[in-house]
Amino acid sequence: MTNGKVVGVNGNMVTVEAAGDVSLNEVAYVLLAGKRLKSEVIRIRGSRAEMQVFEMSRGIGVGDEVEFSGEPLSARLGPGLLGQVYDGLQNPLPELAAHSGFFLERGVYLSPLDEAKRWPFTPTAAVGDAVGAGDELGSVPEGIFRHRVMVPFHLAGAWKVARVAAAGDYTVNDEIAELEDESGRRLPVNMSFHWPVKRPVTCYRERLRPQEPLVTKIRLIDTFIPVARGGTYCIPGPFGAGKTVLQQATSRNADIDIVIIAACGERAGEVVETLREFPRLPDPRTGRTLMERTIIICNTSSMPVAAREASVYTAITLAEYYRQMGLHVLLLADSTSRWAQALREMSGRLEEIPGEEAFPAYLESVIAAFYERAGLVRLRGGGTGSVTIGGTVSPAGGNFDEPVTQSTLKVVGAFHGLSRERSDARKYPAIHPLESWSKYRGAIDPAAVAYARAILFQGHEVGQMMKVVGEEGTSLEDYVTFLKSEFIDSVYLQQDTLDPVDGAMPPERQRHLFVLMFAVLAARLELGGKEAARAFFNQLRQKFLDINVAAWQGDEFRRLEADIAAFTAAQRAGADEKGQRLLEALRAGAPGRGE
Amino acid sequence: MKKVYSRIEAIAGNVITVRAENVRYGELAVVRSAQRTSLAEVIRLAEERVSLQVFAGCRGVSTGDQVRFLGHPMQVSFSDDLLGRIFDGSGRPRDKGPELGEHMIDIGGPAVNPAQRIIPRNMIRTNIPMIDLFNSLVESQKLPVFSVSGEPYNPLLARIALQAEVDLIILGGMGLKYDDYLFFRDALEQGGALNRTVFFVHTASDPTVECLLVPDIALAVAEGFALRGKKVLVLLSDMTNFADALKEIAITMEQVPSNRGYPGDLYSQLAARYEKAVDFQGAGSITILGVTTMPGDDVTHPVPDNTGYITEGQFYMRNGRIEPFGSLSRLKQLVNKKTRPDHRALMDGMITLYAAYKESLEKKAMGFQMNEWDRKLLKYGARFEQEMMDLSVNVPLERALDNGWRLLADCFSPEETRLRSELIRQYWPAREEGQPAPSRSGGTD
Ligand SMILES: Nc1ncnc2c1ncn2[C@@H]1O[C@H](COP(=O)(O)OP(=O)(O)O)[C@@H](O)[C@H]1O
Ligand SMILES: [Mg+2]
Repeated sequence: MTNGKVVGVNGNMVTVEAAGDVSLNEVAYVLLAGKRLKSEVIRIRGSRAEMQVFEMSRGIGVGDEVEFSGEPLSARLGPGLLGQVYDGLQNPLPELAAHSGFFLERGVYLSPLDEAKRWPFTPTAAVGDAVGAGDELGSVPEGIFRHRVMVPFHLAGAWKVARVAAAGDYTVNDEIAELEDESGRRLPVNMSFHWPVKRPVTCYRERLRPQEPLVTKIRLIDTFIPVARGGTYCIPGPFGAGKTVLQQATSRNADIDIVIIAACGERAGEVVETLREFPRLPDPRTGRTLMERTIIICNTSSMPVAAREASVYTAITLAEYYRQMGLHVLLLADSTSRWAQALREMSGRLEEIPGEEAFPAYLESVIAAFYERAGLVRLRGGGTGSVTIGGTVSPAGGNFDEPVTQSTLKVVGAFHGLSRERSDARKYPAIHPLESWSKYRGAIDPAAVAYARAILFQGHEVGQMMKVVGEEGTSLEDYVTFLKSEFIDSVYLQQDTLDPVDGAMPPERQRHLFVLMFAVLAARLELGGKEAARAFFNQLRQKFLDINVAAWQGDEFRRLEADIAAFTAAQRAGADEKGQRLLEALRAGAPGRGE
Repeated sequence: MKKVYSRIEAIAGNVITVRAENVRYGELAVVRSAQRTSLAEVIRLAEERVSLQVFAGCRGVSTGDQVRFLGHPMQVSFSDDLLGRIFDGSGRPRDKGPELGEHMIDIGGPAVNPAQRIIPRNMIRTNIPMIDLFNSLVESQKLPVFSVSGEPYNPLLARIALQAEVDLIILGGMGLKYDDYLFFRDALEQGGALNRTVFFVHTASDPTVECLLVPDIALAVAEGFALRGKKVLVLLSDMTNFADALKEIAITMEQVPSNRGYPGDLYSQLAARYEKAVDFQGAGSITILGVTTMPGDDVTHPVPDNTGYITEGQFYMRNGRIEPFGSLSRLKQLVNKKTRPDHRALMDGMITLYAAYKESLEKKAMGFQMNEWDRKLLKYGARFEQEMMDLSVNVPLERALDNGWRLLADCFSPEETRLRSELIRQYWPAREEGQPAPSRSGGTD
């Protein structure tokens, strides 16, 4: 192993004179007063290595010893990851607290997995089986999942199972199999192994196009700008517009196997909400607690900056690991801008030539490579698994025309842009319905959705026009279009995230509500004058707001539904032809994915 | 005793460079000139070249001055003796009291383990409706007042500090005008709070580097008291001056600026301070109330912008009032549970209507006809500003909620408010005798 000595310190960047070979992205430790401070080599010039220290660098001095590990920064994979709360380097935070108390103590690194816990292992591979990286050797139950114990991902080439442990209880360090390569070399394996976080896991058969919707239970998203399992999306928005609330709601309600939350460089208080509440909240799919399907990677804003970058890579690596088990994983990263800023800080210290807003020139390719790790894959043993990535972006000044937002928009499949105007008016979720887009397909007939969207758009145009010509200069027909668009907005797009009923609307109920609303959109209404039209929509809105919080198909729900039908029918004077056709198709339950 | 070095090789801005051995990153040193001495902190090591930031600035520093390293980072004395005292940014007394040198603690210590934090539980009541009703202040929150300079934000801070039920108040003044400093002192004295207050004050005429130390010193002391079970309120005025001091140093150090001259780590620097706000399980808490003046009234300026991303909600101060727009605090757990079931709905509903009022106002300014709905909004908006936004209103939350319902009922019919029928049934005020019902929209004019 190579050693070295510190020759310079600048913030969290340390320059080391190395006495041997050093490789890029290798982990090294600065030895300081009995502590070992974890660092990563980020540039090498001659015998000098420049490293980012993942800890506070206070107290480091010229001449301090450095030990290079020879290994890249890695995550430990194995049963017991679910339900954990880690820092960016996969240090378990509750255990760290038990060890060090209120404050984070630098240089303390604990095992990410419980080494004492015994897992009931069932072998599935047999002696003589030909296996390769990622193939199953057996399984252990981890909460509600069948955790596949796999051939370590780094074992390239063809192997044969030489021995496999009998069914029984084993710890993650116990040997559960022995593999043999073509030359007869034998290798013991246990239930856990390491994987370098910056390298994508690719031991699957093929990548597939994401097509199945990932249901978030947020109407505006699922209906208008859907997300697909295995796809990517981003949520840029100014501060306070609701990025975190949106992600928190998704982390609870999304119809997915596993959620990995990467709290990257934002407020600690927000993670605490998840941390304290998930162990108590039931997962509607399984009845167990949400924590059992969740992993939190937490490197909040006052934690060491260099570990922010590591945190998103650790998160995606864990996601890829569970994908290999045929599970669907959702990774929520809040906020990718903080990670980009960490890159910028380090690039500045390295005195690289700065790009736009002083971000490094390679920002775009780094972001693209990260989102590319999402995907739906067919596994080698059959079956599919997926990793979906949703990242928030915190653009400077709330202006989307900045490097991180723009680089992200180039690679994601859906864009959920939050607007200050809507959040100021408390129209939540404050996603801008017209500017946002998705390349994925949702569960409701796209033609009908496009029809509703067109009304939103026309209504917006009329609204803009009214600002110039006034209401008096607007025709009744245009005015009704305007009211219809406002109506869609207030009863369908806006949703009370905190309401137990309205806050999480399953697809079935979304479709029902959509049809109910669509009947109003398609109708030609006889409303007399503008005041009367406004009064009509005010009352109609009230009924919809009430139905949105009523228990699904309960008495109140049915009463309101009948009420809405009668109330609309009283003003109905025919229908728009295209609208009527779409409405009938919707009512007939025409498949949303047709055409 | 450490060695004394007397060969300063370079002096630029507030930074000096000396050749020295066995120096540690972040270590403190004393720079002694003919006229004065100052503390300095190590901010870069490059082999034997050590760069130090001189707290009192480099004016008058000569290459022959002596530099003596102290072997420890910046520290502050921590004990009950601090109470009622006034210090400058380096922790030296500003009053006539004695210098304190006991129980020294490091400033800028490590972050709290997120797993050790707890969800904020207690609302801090201020009896200001724009805060209590529309943007509640919560114990352990960090909240800035965004304002253009010249607004009465310091009186607001002092009022909240005196009204809030906290054990200790720590005031960190950065670039504070001397008059403002005297104002704080007098206000807290009159309110009888002086003996539970500690001041760390950097005034506009003090050296820039000392401005940088104020939040760290104030928060280190706050942390000390919070760990001893005290509820501490930290007032920081004005954090924009702190950010400007960061900018000045970064430029001297020839760092590549990221945005309008501010260094790329502005966000992390600000976050490191604000994130000290915490509620310690089984001990006390730190709540931070800051002031961020917005240069040119521009909220997208890097200082308010980065602050907005870090803090939990903001108060916008304009024309002597707190504006209802801008983002909200993290009060969702509290409201609903601990205040009243109508709180959250009312707060959102009233703001949505106020936003609509603003649109009508714009329409009116452009000379368009006002329809009946516009007229209702205009009436509502004017009364909202008077009865809710005016800072002279001083009522408990429950009264403010009742007033809110009354205001809605005076201006609108129930379905115009977008509030759910269930809440309306429960809270819509009964009409008083002799008062006509507001007409339904859609009625003939
Ligand atoms: N969907 C929502 N429903 C209700 N309130 C919301 C919603 N989204 C945001 N808010 C309010 O806005 C505040 C800020 O939201 P947050 O998600 O923290 O913003 P961001 O992450 O974009 O900075 C929240 O604390 C909450 O009061
Ligand atoms: Mg956020």
